[in-house]
Amino acid sequence: MRANAAQQAGPADAAAKGQGAADGLPVVSLCHVRKSFGEVPVLRDITLEVQRGEVVAIIGASGGGKSTLLRCATLLERMDAGSLSYAGLEVARDEGGRAAYADKATVREARSRFGLVFQGYNLFPHWDVMRNICDAPETVQGRPKEEAEAEARELVRRMGLEGCERKVPCELSGGQQQRVSIARALAMHPDVLYFDEPTSALDPQLTSEVLKVIRGLAEEHMTMVIVTHEMAFARDVADRVVFMDEGRIVEEGTPEQVLVHPTQERTRAFLAHGKD
Amino acid sequence: MTIQTMLSMLFGGFQTSLAIFALTLVGALPLGVLVALARQSRIKPLAWLMRIYISIMRGTPLMLQMFAIYFAPYYVFGIQLNPGSKWTAVVVAFIINYAAYFAEIYRSGIQSIPRGQYEAAEVLGYTGSQTFVRIVLPQVVKRILPAMGNEVITLIKDTSLAFSIGVAEMFSTARAIVASQVTMLPFLFAAGIYWVSNFVIESLLAALEHRLDYYHE
Repeated sequence: MRANAAQQAGPADAAAKGQGAADGLPVVSLCHVRKSFGEVPVLRDITLEVQRGEVVAIIGASGGGKSTLLRCATLLERMDAGSLSYAGLEVARDEGGRAAYADKATVREARSRFGLVFQGYNLFPHWDVMRNICDAPETVQGRPKEEAEAEARELVRRMGLEGCERKVPCELSGGQQQRVSIARALAMHPDVLYFDEPTSALDPQLTSEVLKVIRGLAEEHMTMVIVTHEMAFARDVADRVVFMDEGRIVEEGTPEQVLVHPTQERTRAFLAHGKD
Repeated sequence: MTIQTMLSMLFGGFQTSLAIFALTLVGALPLGVLVALARQSRIKPLAWLMRIYISIMRGTPLMLQMFAIYFAPYYVFGIQLNPGSKWTAVVVAFIINYAAYFAEIYRSGIQSIPRGQYEAAEVLGYTGSQTFVRIVLPQVVKRILPAMGNEVITLIKDTSLAFSIGVAEMFSTARAIVASQVTMLPFLFAAGIYWVSNFVIESLLAALEHRLDYYHE
């Protein structure tokens, strides 16, 4: 029941949704996650919970496991061990040191609870902006065409993409494409929105357009997990910063704690390196 | 024999050529998709079966395949052949032969679609078949159009192979007139008709390519 209510609420209602979640369950909860590619361990015992309305920034050097963690949370990658739940919906649980995944219907239900914004946008190139945003609500959720289109138009406006409705992705700048992909994710009314280095492929000008949009969502208390290299942005927008290195969470806390007064040597080294 | 009589006989044969051409496309275009998918199936025996099928279809002459399909019902099942059997054999042979070629072209197209497209679709909750029909296939069509154009043009010319089994398409008709009237003109006319048909097909393909030119990666 609660899941349906959450699905019907638009992202603009995220704040109300946060207050309405009386059960207080974290939107997403990953416990003791382990993942190896062959012999190489990529995630070593990661535990991360995200509360409703929270904005979490994950930082760290390349190869530290940030993207893999996001891919496990979005079910693009299977964990070797650990558990994963979306607000009480158990997607995978730990069974004797192995992750046991739930049935297809549960996994499908879980997919409706999150959205993912890719580093490379991954828009559908043969569709115009409107179709990119409307198609999943219509095809996957079976919502009426008029409703999906009206909402898509509203999202286009919020993303500052007026006039681009009938353009195809190759006619847009990288920053515009990334904003379309954010709109596409929001149209599905996710409980939590993941960003995998959303501005890494963009120049500073286009980066700021995209960050502005994400900042706007943060102000509306959209629950978000953002893997980013933009330290200033993380400090500015995140409620919590998580520093990952070599497959572990080394340090986490408020942006002030982690970015300004880090207690761990590795965090300091990473931050110092990032500044030069 | 007047030139008019010749031409009308040739066009009679051309109708048969066109029928082979059309039926082959109608059968082989969708069958090729299924073969391409089966060829990439996770079910290994199925994938291997399709590999062998494609290999045989590409590795032996179409003419030989027509004969094999024509005589198989008699030698394998003892079914008596009738006058319609030749026509059926030609159409079946063309469809399964071309489906193999089309399948390989589809496969090249399917494999060229970036992983990110599948991942975006998966995260949005599209089912496997929705992803294929709505997202992958339309992009595949654009990518494989030039290669498919080649095959379609070859197909028009390949219809003349039906001559070998005794189905009276345009080439058989031309050859019969040449033999009886002692003139090379029918060959010249037939060549002209093949070429004009392919010119029309080339134009249609160019128009289709132009229509799909509204986007690129």
